[in-house]
Amino acid sequence: MGKVLVFTEHTNGNLKRSSMELLQAAAKSGNTVVAVAFGSHAGDVTAAAGHNGANEIYVVKDASLDSYNPEAFTANIASVVEKVQPTILLASASATGRDLFPRVAARLNTGVASDCTELNISGDTVTATKPMYSGKCFAKVNFENSPVKIVLMRANQLPVAAADTSKSATVVEHAAAKPDLKTLIKEIVKGASEKLDLTEANVIVSGGRGLKEAANFKMLSDLADVLGATVGASRAVVDAGWVGHGMQVGQTGKTVAPTLYIAVGISGAIQHLAGMSGSKVIVAINNDPNAPIFQKATYGIVGDAFEIVPKLTEEFKKALHH
Amino acid sequence: MKIFVCIKQVPDTETKIKISPDQTGIDSAGIKWVLNPYDEYAVEEAVKLRDANPGSQVWVLSAGPKTRVVESLRTALAMGADEAIVINAENLDNFATAKALAEVIKAEGGAKVIFSGKLAIDDNASSVSQMLAEFLNVPHSTVVSKFTFAGENVVVERDVEGGAKEVVQMMTPAVVGANKGLNMPRYASLPGIMKAKKKVIKEVEFASLNIPATDVKVKYSGMTLPAEKPPVKMISGDAAAQASELVKLLRDEAKVL
Repeated sequence: MGKVLVFTEHTNGNLKRSSMELLQAAAKSGNTVVAVAFGSHAGDVTAAAGHNGANEIYVVKDASLDSYNPEAFTANIASVVEKVQPTILLASASATGRDLFPRVAARLNTGVASDCTELNISGDTVTATKPMYSGKCFAKVNFENSPVKIVLMRANQLPVAAADTSKSATVVEHAAAKPDLKTLIKEIVKGASEKLDLTEANVIVSGGRGLKEAANFKMLSDLADVLGATVGASRAVVDAGWVGHGMQVGQTGKTVAPTLYIAVGISGAIQHLAGMSGSKVIVAINNDPNAPIFQKATYGIVGDAFEIVPKLTEEFKKALHH
Repeated sequence: MKIFVCIKQVPDTETKIKISPDQTGIDSAGIKWVLNPYDEYAVEEAVKLRDANPGSQVWVLSAGPKTRVVESLRTALAMGADEAIVINAENLDNFATAKALAEVIKAEGGAKVIFSGKLAIDDNASSVSQMLAEFLNVPHSTVVSKFTFAGENVVVERDVEGGAKEVVQMMTPAVVGANKGLNMPRYASLPGIMKAKKKVIKEVEFASLNIPATDVKVKYSGMTLPAEKPPVKMISGDAAAQASELVKLLRDEAKVL
């Protein structure tokens, strides 16, 4: 058995759920699991990493790694890989993961499988499954000529069992690599919403042209607030400037895979259906009974969104709060 | 200065996907090929940068089967690119593609800024820009929705999770992966299209680049279509009845609440 290195992500020392998924999957594979955490708060992750299956954790406690810098992160991952000598490297297909690991792969002369939804580890062999054409089909990714097989997993694709507090990881303090940087992060502007990103959200409430105007998205945010959901949108309303591109679901937007996707006033262009087809349960609300969205939906409601959505918000409130 | 744009030709987003018999790809019969939508933003930004800096040139570059990829290169030329190069190749993975692009850019004397789309909508991998930057030993930034050029450096704004933005300064040369929102790509004008038709597109054979076969790192197999969904369950009644029935079904039947 070899070593699996898991790049963990955390918010001020709180381990992300997506990282727990990776640690637990790595632990199940029977390989030795080595976690790595970056930044001033990296030390705070060690207990959670151990509870979720890490045998060892490399802590690179350095303020230069508090925010993502592609060059600094690449150098530091490469340095840890050199020390640990893993055969497999797992990371999230998050904004950071997706930007960072292709560069890491190029530096390590190895392969990377991006945006995967299934993971199979057997000894040193890894195959991953990823959606292609935003979910219009799926492909198995097989590694060749890859000393370190890097797999970037989408969030919410792997199960998370309760943490085992009897387990702990050996902590290895690893000195930060300090390459000459040509990249400078000048500012990080926080997003307006504290909600999970669409790609990580478990519940999504999405709106389309049927909402008639931008102001009516308020109705969706009210519903989303009750459900703890993230609000998404169709391409038509993004192009109309009602909401930002970050909210777009579809082939030229985000591919999503929530447990519950509620599409309001979205007719269902093929590009949108591709982006949301990974959702477990799909609810479509549209006044056109022939809208293509109903072909993908689990539950369909033909009717006026302006009547139904507020009623739904009330019903969810009742159902979730007693 | 020289500005490069790396583009990819992809099936139109309207395409209904059919799997090839050996399951390693898709059945390309009847597919309409287009310039990757995110690459349109890259071409537009490059042309704008060229126009704002007299004496500059936009070179557009793509790796793929030359007989079809030249169409997308001509689209980019019609949008205003000056020169085009096709690397004639079949079945490259992202790693080998990035290597090939880097080799050709180096052979052409390098570039001040290299644009590309943030990802290609076929494999959604978003990896070639970053690998290319690594092979060229220059900084990169992807998911870029704002770009400012200041000679020795560029400042970009990139969209990250939850609506957050990062403002990043990179020393040039630099690789920039364009996101939607960066600009409004122009439609190619008729004179632009006519001019593009007459342009000679430079051809480079992948085999001539001496990239080892071991630079292919991943291969796809076992491609499948998504599982068929059971038919939709329609919920009838007035709005109040529909709402309460839906919530009941989500809780008791689908068990997602």
